Amino acid sequence: MSETTATRAVVVERDVPHPPEKVWRALTESALIAEWLMTNDFQPVVGHRFTFRMAPVANWNGVTDCEVLIVEPYTRLAYTWAASGESAATGLQTVVTWTLTPTPGGALVRMEQTGFRAQDENNYRGATYGWQQFMGRLETVLAGL
Amino acid sequence: MNLGVRATTDAVFKALADPTRRAIFEHLARDGELTVHVLTDRAGVSQPAVSKHLGVLKQSGLVRDRRQGRETHCSAQPQALAALVDWVTLHDAFWRDRFDRLETLLNRME
Repeated sequence: MSETTATRAVVVERDVPHPPEKVWRALTESALIAEWLMTNDFQPVVGHRFTFRMAPVANWNGVTDCEVLIVEPYTRLAYTWAASGESAATGLQTVVTWTLTPTPGGALVRMEQTGFRAQDENNYRGATYGWQQFMGRLETVLAGL
Repeated sequence: MNLGVRATTDAVFKALADPTRRAIFEHLARDGELTVHVLTDRAGVSQPAVSKHLGVLKQSGLVRDRRQGRETHCSAQPQALAALVDWVTLHDAFWRDRFDRLETLLNRME
């Protein structure tokens, strides 16, 4: 699929004092993923289709549709991250890529979510999984004003 | 940021800076459309006070209302928050939060 418009990305990187093998488990074992990310039926198998689920909110059913793209043990993991249900055709269609790099004290964990299109902003409904967190953050920001 | 956007952003911040208005907006965002009566019951302040708060929310674009018979029905327009935050910002905040949780989990794991 060719992208004719510029897309944007989110990159979060962190040094952790844990070996890549351990981080890999947290990224690829369904029960462990659920503890820090979301309820899921992930399997580390290329082509596996799965969902992340959160409590539904207004205008959003809480489901993210995914498909595993890359599984390179202890090094790289990638899956699609897309809107589900009735907004599947027009909503968010991004790719989340995890890269683990060994460091002397542990691992550098890098998450890159690519493919945010300008048109996604037009489809923005405000009711996403970031919504509650956003309200929490907003409260903190406002408290400091 | 152009002046129009800045004005919208200021209006949204001002609207949400008040805890009662924030509570009203959160009720509407979570529960969908509600009448002024129901909102008044939940807000714990007088109906004129609620109406005044709704006026500020409406002006910021965060809330829309419609009359039906004797009732005024209000609904949240969360897309107005796009003035403050976009998808990329939201996802950035989301992943930073999840990275914190990932680290907590890693610290607990063998």
